[in-house]
Amino acid sequence: MEKKILVSGNEAIAMAAIDCAVDLGCGYPGTPSSEILEEFSRLGGAAEWDPNEKCALETGIGVAMANGRALVTMKHVGLNVAADPLFTIAYSGTPGGLVVVSADDPGMASSQNEQDNRRYAAAAGVPMFEPSDSQECYDLTVAAFRLADRFRAPVLLRVTTRVCHSKCVMVRRGAALEPRPAHFDKNPQLQVMVPAFARQAHVRMRADLAAMQQFNEEGAYTTVLKKSPKLGIIANGIAFQHVLDAAPDASVFHPGMTWPLPLAAIREFAAGVERCLVVEEGDDFMGEAIRAAGIPVESKAEVFRFGELNVGRVRRLIAGDAAPEPAAAPGKPPQLCVGCPHRKSFEVLRDLGCIVSGDIGCYTLGVMPPFGALHCCVCMGASVTVGLGLRRKLPESEARKVVSVIGDSTFLHTGINGIVEMVYNRPATGHVVVILDNSTTAMTGLQEHPGTGRRLDHSPAFAVSLEKIVTGIGVDHVDVIDTTAEPERFKALLQERLASNDCSVIIARRPCILALAKAKTYAEKH
Amino acid sequence: MAVTNIIVAGLGGQGVLKVTDILAEALFESGFDVKKSEVHGMSQRGGSVSSEVRFGARVASPMVPAGECDLLAVLDSTQIEVVLNQLRTGGVLITPDDVPKDRLAHPKALNTMILGALSRHLPVADEVWNRVLTAAFPEKLRDLNLAMFALGRGSGN
Repeated sequence: MEKKILVSGNEAIAMAAIDCAVDLGCGYPGTPSSEILEEFSRLGGAAEWDPNEKCALETGIGVAMANGRALVTMKHVGLNVAADPLFTIAYSGTPGGLVVVSADDPGMASSQNEQDNRRYAAAAGVPMFEPSDSQECYDLTVAAFRLADRFRAPVLLRVTTRVCHSKCVMVRRGAALEPRPAHFDKNPQLQVMVPAFARQAHVRMRADLAAMQQFNEEGAYTTVLKKSPKLGIIANGIAFQHVLDAAPDASVFHPGMTWPLPLAAIREFAAGVERCLVVEEGDDFMGEAIRAAGIPVESKAEVFRFGELNVGRVRRLIAGDAAPEPAAAPGKPPQLCVGCPHRKSFEVLRDLGCIVSGDIGCYTLGVMPPFGALHCCVCMGASVTVGLGLRRKLPESEARKVVSVIGDSTFLHTGINGIVEMVYNRPATGHVVVILDNSTTAMTGLQEHPGTGRRLDHSPAFAVSLEKIVTGIGVDHVDVIDTTAEPERFKALLQERLASNDCSVIIARRPCILALAKAKTYAEKH
Repeated sequence: MAVTNIIVAGLGGQGVLKVTDILAEALFESGFDVKKSEVHGMSQRGGSVSSEVRFGARVASPMVPAGECDLLAVLDSTQIEVVLNQLRTGGVLITPDDVPKDRLAHPKALNTMILGALSRHLPVADEVWNRVLTAAFPEKLRDLNLAMFALGRGSGN
């Protein structure tokens, strides 16, 4: 009998990557995806944190072009950053295996939006798998690498917060694929996407997608439960598990591969039931595609587009109850830790009445009382450039109050370009960027980054210097200060820089209190 | 057998997820199908945290349906009102007032003491608890947590 284990979806994906002889795992940390590469590394896989998701996907593409296998992980908004390479590698494909994990966050447990990344599969023309529990995370990761081997195509593995973090009982089936030998073919027609070659590649890609749909029709990835003919439900991902509890008597069609959809099989299923309903979290993605194929299916009411589904909501969805839902009981919101080095920085920004353009990380919590010192936040790296835009439009008295704050990991992710913009298109009043350097990627669970001097597995690495980067770009002033130890000096320095027309970077450097204890253990270990 | 629903709630840093990790492992080792679910990410920052465990012959959704929680354990009394509506009529509520808090060897070990109180309602053998708890803690914290668990379970006197 096969041995059962209790693991999270993220751990299951990592185990499958080991069993598929993946050569390299690359990614940028982001809830709920971060544990995949950490577990893959712990299991002996070669894994790295990249500066951002675009770098990660492109590194993965290189591995797969050299006939290897790469697993590239990121949260949903990370795929926006990596979308550029995704759309073109979808045309050319790779001889090796390239699987991209998009970990979506319906309900925004820890994200700035709840975009539905299934749209990327349709938009880019890449096949997609959607597991509903840890066993499917394992099996469909293996299926994704098998499909990549067969069709040369990059494959999207779309998971969600509940699937990533829920622990379920599963069987690890063991070695699935042989390692791929290193090999590089100089084949420009296949791998150089200039217009003449890309036109052919696009036609090939669409033909391959049609072939993949045929393959998906065979049912290898689909679970069909034939029960009552009165109600048939088509459900993807975690919604499938909720449906099993909410409608135990309904017939169910659960596609594990959700792009391209097995439309012929769905047509047959829908024809066999009196009422056919699509139950999916987020957008009406499957519903739209199925109705576009002329199959009459019902979709959920608009109220169920928002947030996560659960058993209670699925019961109401099936009953056609679209009444407004009661708000969840407000819990205690997260806050900056006692002893957090960001606290003093935000106290000074608040006391000086600054207009603070913020960014993504623990320090976004500077928006909360007692600080109230963060006034806009869009996406990774946006603090610098949005701050510059504010300076360009606001009258001088207001423009002089604008400060951009960005964390060290976020700065290395996509903040550097903003510094280039700052010195190239200088606002008349100059600008001030404060890099809140706590020497870790704190919010996502204390991961390493290129500036920490340690790799993903915490072994020593070259440390990129923030001050050398901004000095090299050519800002007028670079200061490094510990705002907790010297809050008054920070205040005076900030006032001086804000009064000038210079472009300044202040690096507020003091390690995260949670990371400090861990850094000691890493030093002892290595 | 029907599925049993457990929710453990508290504040970031109290070890809520540690409790449900141990709980899920002990139930799994006792031969049940188990699913455990929570939302992490912001929990280290001191906010409300809740984690759910479901067990039975076969569990589908990893999330406890609203108002169907059989066993609710709350590690911080301010969080009771946040999660109380999850408890079904006749369900069991365990709060810090239900355990011998004055005998806590360390405030951080409240989670294992409450786990001990919770354990009285679960079909898991002593030897399984002992094995799972022993594996869950590093050596220097092991005896303390085993003792706090025993106090909560009511067998430490």
